[in-house]
Amino acid sequence: MNTSLRLAIAAVLCVTAVGCAKKATKVAPPSNNDRTEQATTDRSTDSGAYTEASLNSDSCLRQRVIYFDLDKTEIKGEFQAQIACHSKFIRQFPNYHVTLEGNADERGSREYNLGLGERRGNAVQSALSSAGAPGTQLNVVSYGEERPTCKDHNEECWSKNRRVEIVYTKN
Amino acid sequence: MPANFVTRFASLLLCLLGTAAWAQGQGQGQGLSSDVPTIVINTGTAAALPITVVPFAFEAAGAPSETDVSDVVRMDLARSGKFKALDKKDVVEFPSRGSDIKFPTWNLLKQAYIVVGRMTDADGGAMRVEFELYDVAKQERLLGLAITGQRSDLRGVGHQVADLIYEKITGVRGAFWTRIAYVTAAGVSPNINYALMVADSDGYNPQVLVRSREPLLSPSWSPDGKKLAYVSFERGDSAIYIQEIATGSRQVVSNKKGINGAPAFSPDGTKLALTLSYLGNPDIFIMDLGSRETKRITNHFSIDTEAQWMPDGQNLVFTSDRSGKPQLYQVSVNGGDATRLTFQGEYNAKASISYDGKQFAMAQGTGNVYRIAVLDRSKGSGTMSAISPGSVDESPSFAPNGSMLLYAATDGPRGVLYAVSADGRVRQRLVLADGDVREPSWGPFRQR
Repeated sequence: MNTSLRLAIAAVLCVTAVGCAKKATKVAPPSNNDRTEQATTDRSTDSGAYTEASLNSDSCLRQRVIYFDLDKTEIKGEFQAQIACHSKFIRQFPNYHVTLEGNADERGSREYNLGLGERRGNAVQSALSSAGAPGTQLNVVSYGEERPTCKDHNEECWSKNRRVEIVYTKN
Repeated sequence: MPANFVTRFASLLLCLLGTAAWAQGQGQGQGLSSDVPTIVINTGTAAALPITVVPFAFEAAGAPSETDVSDVVRMDLARSGKFKALDKKDVVEFPSRGSDIKFPTWNLLKQAYIVVGRMTDADGGAMRVEFELYDVAKQERLLGLAITGQRSDLRGVGHQVADLIYEKITGVRGAFWTRIAYVTAAGVSPNINYALMVADSDGYNPQVLVRSREPLLSPSWSPDGKKLAYVSFERGDSAIYIQEIATGSRQVVSNKKGINGAPAFSPDGTKLALTLSYLGNPDIFIMDLGSRETKRITNHFSIDTEAQWMPDGQNLVFTSDRSGKPQLYQVSVNGGDATRLTFQGEYNAKASISYDGKQFAMAQGTGNVYRIAVLDRSKGSGTMSAISPGSVDESPSFAPNGSMLLYAATDGPRGVLYAVSADGRVRQRLVLADGDVREPSWGPFRQR
């Protein structure tokens, strides 16, 4: 995702949107979100607290995408470490809010896929909450099939689009 | 099946159109260029009626208009699937009045019908288009009418002529003089420019209604054709807007937490069916547009969405995955139990209902192939037939006379729109823009 665009959108929303009283800054996601590098280490359960900088230095916290099987909303075992480390960070830093952006692949209707994306976002929200992240810091937005990371019509591509992105905003 | 004959009308379609959608201000170098639709007729049909539309004589002062009204008429009739229009280059004689028609010529060419006409000056710089429709075998005049329109709206005049001819011969009101709405997406993620567009039913005269850097979807026409309801993410999450087409003025009608989706105007225009998930998961609601109060119609832990009104205004058809995968269900506007409508196909979603409430088009998925299917309930419990080839087809929308549908498909990474006859036999691609085109919605009949 393009960092500058997100920041720009956040800024514009803050200037223009009604009811946006507080200044919030979207936190840039790490540059490399590739799933091949995810969850190679599991430091989230290590003793010791995170610092804010951990968000971009810790190898677990740098992973911000959770992928789903076809028509599924269950969080696969390989992502449990990611859930745990993000929950820990969120609990430790109440001034960070997290938007869970739910996405679906292109197949089927767009409105149904909005529902499917929300269901996946809710699944991640529940998992984070169960792992200790306060619900007040979590929010789900579904983009359905509107924000594909890949536009080929095959399973390899679809599997990259069935995802929830964890997006941090600092208040 | 006859060998596929592919007719390219591109050479006839060189007139440039008014609105260059992204010309102003976007600066992205990825605009929706020329905006000239190319219509490709994929499949012929033996049952189509042969008709000749003779080029209309230009008898007005000044230079001939850029729009040849007879071209508009010819292409409308051809793309309906009901007619086989004689190619313009095969027209051998050029009568402009019924009295000039030499019927043996057209009999020899095996034409069932012939249309002749002429364009003359009318008051205030307008043009008067007089036309006559004849039955070739009987040498009998079936229609002789005149339509007056502005020079800037001669395509509109042509569509009205085509509607009258279509109705005279088929007995069904023509729907060529209608408009369509759709969404375009130009650019590469994350710098995508979305636009909600309105165009003539053949894709000409595109106008930008809304531009957004965030997704737009689900345009839905008000029954009077003056407003569109749609979903926009420009506030960050989904919200439903209603916008007046003529003035561009708009209002947010729903921006609750979670999904605000799938708006659909009631047949009388006073209510909006919509999908809201603020109570936990997507359910169907009905909003009274006067009071803005919403009433919950479905209450189920599944995803319920994409409500469409039955023509009687008393029932909704919607998509639900309460049985596992999405299927179509019907529910009373007063709530209560929903009845399942579709049993064939693993996945059935996004209904479009014909004006008589007997045909239900949907996106039907089996394995990885998604096609448009039509459930015909005019006889018994209904028969289901696929009318598109797949494999990523979605979003069907019936023309107001039920004779054709629009739907969204893909060409490589790109979204494109097709128009298809309701029996699936004639299909044309509307090339509307350089970027992605999706979410077609066929507007209502227009009032003359």
